[in-house]
Amino acid sequence: MLSIRNLKVSIKGKEILKGINLEINAGEVHAIMGPNGTGKSTLAYVIAGREGYEVTEGEIIFKGRNLVGLSAEERACEGLFLGFQYPVEIPGVSITNFLRTAINEQRKYHGLDPVPAAEFLARMEEKKKMLELQEKLASRSVNEGFSGGEKKKNEIFQMAMLEPSLAILDETDSGLDIDALRIVATGVNKLRRPDNATIVITHYQRLLEYIVPDVVHVLFDGRIVKSGGKELALQLEEKGYEWIRNEA
Amino acid sequence: MDAGIITKIYDLKEYLTGVFSANQQEISHNDTPFIAAKRVKAFEKFSKAGFPHSALERWRGTDLTRALNHEYHTLPESPSADLDIDKIFKCDVPHFETLLVSQLNGWYADRKNLLQVFPNGMIIGSLSAASVKYPALVDAHYGHYADDNAESLTALNSAMWQDGIFIYIPDNVSVEQNIQTVNITDFKQNLFLNTRNLVILGENSHLRLVQCDDSINHDVTFINSVTEVKIGRNSTLDHYKMQNKDDHTTLINSMYFHQDEGSSLTTNAISLNGGLIRNFSHITLDGPHSSASIYGLYLMDRYQHVDNQVYINHAAPDCESRELFKGVLDDHASGVFNGHIKVHRDAQRTNAFQTNKNILLTDKASIDTKPFLEIYADDVKCSHGATIGQLDAEALFYIRSRGISEANAKILLMYAFAAEVINKISISELRLRMDDMVKKRLRGELSQCEQCVLNCSTHVHNKVEFAIDLAKI
Repeated sequence: MLSIRNLKVSIKGKEILKGINLEINAGEVHAIMGPNGTGKSTLAYVIAGREGYEVTEGEIIFKGRNLVGLSAEERACEGLFLGFQYPVEIPGVSITNFLRTAINEQRKYHGLDPVPAAEFLARMEEKKKMLELQEKLASRSVNEGFSGGEKKKNEIFQMAMLEPSLAILDETDSGLDIDALRIVATGVNKLRRPDNATIVITHYQRLLEYIVPDVVHVLFDGRIVKSGGKELALQLEEKGYEWIRNEA
Repeated sequence: MDAGIITKIYDLKEYLTGVFSANQQEISHNDTPFIAAKRVKAFEKFSKAGFPHSALERWRGTDLTRALNHEYHTLPESPSADLDIDKIFKCDVPHFETLLVSQLNGWYADRKNLLQVFPNGMIIGSLSAASVKYPALVDAHYGHYADDNAESLTALNSAMWQDGIFIYIPDNVSVEQNIQTVNITDFKQNLFLNTRNLVILGENSHLRLVQCDDSINHDVTFINSVTEVKIGRNSTLDHYKMQNKDDHTTLINSMYFHQDEGSSLTTNAISLNGGLIRNFSHITLDGPHSSASIYGLYLMDRYQHVDNQVYINHAAPDCESRELFKGVLDDHASGVFNGHIKVHRDAQRTNAFQTNKNILLTDKASIDTKPFLEIYADDVKCSHGATIGQLDAEALFYIRSRGISEANAKILLMYAFAAEVINKISISELRLRMDDMVKKRLRGELSQCEQCVLNCSTHVHNKVEFAIDLAKI
């Protein structure tokens, strides 16, 4: 699904990612862990196509296509989704509206007609039920006045509606209480399918009690310094990042 | 000596003062002695001051030189008695219950019935006719609120107006219908128009007034409109100003509101198009516990210019004023916001809040924003804030990461920005229509040639669940 080869990325001349290699297959959940400031969010942004990052070397092959050079919206239409660490508030634009626009633009990209209103609304109801969301989401403006937990739940809801092939969840667990964390994790687990994949970026092991990863990677100073099974997360929790720092 | 074809300069002041002197009797034909005397004084003031220029503090950001340099005609004739206004203009806002009051070239359009008296005592009609039929009522308010000394264009208007709308709401009347005034200009030559309106609300009354400005031909038009509004004790006025003029039009819209004790005003100016628009709102809070909310939204592009001037005169204690103005300026468009709040020494416990937010889409677009607080009382709460920015890069990326194109993401953000002002419109049908108009404007679909500012959509559609369907682009 995703092959990142020797990816080097700079921001304003400063190298942040120093040669990332990553292979993710359909059906897998990967966790990327690491201390703050090691390039986790940069990796998420670069895959999603945020401007301002310079790819100096390497490639990001997603479903056979090199993403480097594609716009953020093209990548989304190709099936990529980024769950934001800090979702943006868009006052005056309802979630219904926002998602319908997003879905229809993605459909247009694939040569499809807009989704009929009734079908769209039915799908919203279905996904809300699946994610156990009680809020009257449809009429509320995107993230406006949402609590931290509501914002993250809304990210998962958008992910459910857009059905991406690859979802990257950037620190989705940060600032969540245990109930919100459970809802977010349940959502991710329910959306898991043999034909999609998820990258969970997290600082703590806590989220991985709810979302069990197939592979855990440790990102340190712009490189993946260690990869292993889910037990690696536990080791990190026990020994702390100092252990990695010493090994690296 | 006449200059060449390229550098020709017209002396509009000379032309207008000449027209006034030659036609003074005719212009004054229906005047009360009070109004006639006001005209003479106002004419002197204009003759002395001339047109406003950019050396004046209030006109620093708005240059009228180009707008004034045309061969204008003035004093258009009144429409003929058999004018069928419905043939020129039709309003089709769905479910919008309005009492439509039309003006053609400044004249009250229903020439067969110049003053309508309703069962509840409400009077609507021609100001010129009202000054003949109700001289005491008109004299008690006309010219008491507009300031010929401070603004020479107001003085010019006081000297040369021929007609305008007169609205009188007696005490204890809550007007059920929305009153919509439409000022249409249709003239075969360049027109310089002075139109004068007077709105009087008695005590404990309520009125919703929607004022639309529109043009149906594409000649150069300069509209110098003055409206005086008296809001009596414990009365409320919801006032809307809709502006969608073509690029050849200069619209100087001066509103003078005078509020008594316990009265409440909401006024919202929405400017979607216009060559040069200046909205001047002069509000005097003259009785305690009165309040004024002044809102504005402007979406300008090309070489359009918009100027919002607000002067709030806190003359009584325990009053509140709130200002919220937001604008998006594209291409070479320019804007001015001047918010002047004056709190008199006796106006204790005043609350006055002012916000002006702007988005500049290009580095050629400009906004000149200036708060000006003049406070003589010691127990007041005043705040002001102005922002000028671009579209938020983080928000743009967020939207694009969902698959929405950059162009549409920008529209979505601009719409979100504008929605705060649109949501202040309390008449729901009007709010939905303005919402629709703003979206069309942002998508570049709104033209000025369509007849009414509220008439933008030729097909009626009632879907409201999906407020913005960008997929259609």
